[in-house]
Amino acid sequence: MGGNTFMDIGLGHYLAVSAILFALGLIVVMTRRNAIGILMGLELLLNAAGINFVAFNRFSAPERMDGQIFVIFIVILAAAEAATALALVLNIYHQIHTANVDEAHLLKQ
Amino acid sequence: MSAAGRGREGEWALSFHAIIFWALAAMTIVPAIGIVVSKNIVHMAFWLLGTLLGVAGLYLHMEADFLGMTQVFVYIGGINVLLLFGIMLTNREPLYVRAAVKRPAIASAVLLGVVVAVGLIQSFGATEWHTVKDAVAPGLADASAKAVVNGDGTAATLGTYLLSDYILPFEIVSILLLVVLVGAAYIARRDPEGGSA
Repeated sequence: MGGNTFMDIGLGHYLAVSAILFALGLIVVMTRRNAIGILMGLELLLNAAGINFVAFNRFSAPERMDGQIFVIFIVILAAAEAATALALVLNIYHQIHTANVDEAHLLKQ
Repeated sequence: MSAAGRGREGEWALSFHAIIFWALAAMTIVPAIGIVVSKNIVHMAFWLLGTLLGVAGLYLHMEADFLGMTQVFVYIGGINVLLLFGIMLTNREPLYVRAAVKRPAIASAVLLGVVVAVGLIQSFGATEWHTVKDAVAPGLADASAKAVVNGDGTAATLGTYLLSDYILPFEIVSILLLVVLVGAAYIARRDPEGGSA
């Protein structure tokens, strides 16, 4: 397609943004001990996937909006996941008085 | 529209389009870096807010107006507030979360993150994607661009999809949400005897 990289915004630009977001989310997931911190990293990962879906929809199959439907489902699942995970974290916190995942190593108390 | 006029205007629209994109990309990535480096988990939650806003902006930039608004309502209004509630309910003492993670662990995580980012960008760049258009300025043949320009927005079309082609996933997801509602309330309840739940 030619042109310069800074002016012609195409599919690759969105994919690059989502790749960077994905990597940052991965780092967050791996470096946190607090369960809620890990959840935040997961939200970053899901958002990166969403950007990819919308970008491919926009640039590869723009005559329909199926990619956007997938993002709606991702958002719904993210909400469900956050609610369930926070309920679990609260339960763990009541039992062992910490939200750090590496201290929650007992199957049953 | 004459070819010459289209050229001038197209060029202007193109640069405007590009500037908005770079601004939104910075708005997405910079707070995400903030999440990675901040030690205070409350700060992390507020940085996450910036990233989510940036992603909403990127959705709007790709003419997905319904998704952009959904992102603001559900993520920022719902999930982020939920995370903040979780932080406040589970942190009695110090909010500093990263202090105890060992330095080699952080180094290897960052290394892996850099490798993943570089690898993904490399492979994205090396792949010949099937693209309908190089897609600089919005094209009016696109379903969502047309909907936005007509003033209808994408919500009407998305609603039609959800109740026709995607009716089964839609119903399954509604059951999932019901189960999650009940399950989360059950799991998070405090046991009256103070024993195990």
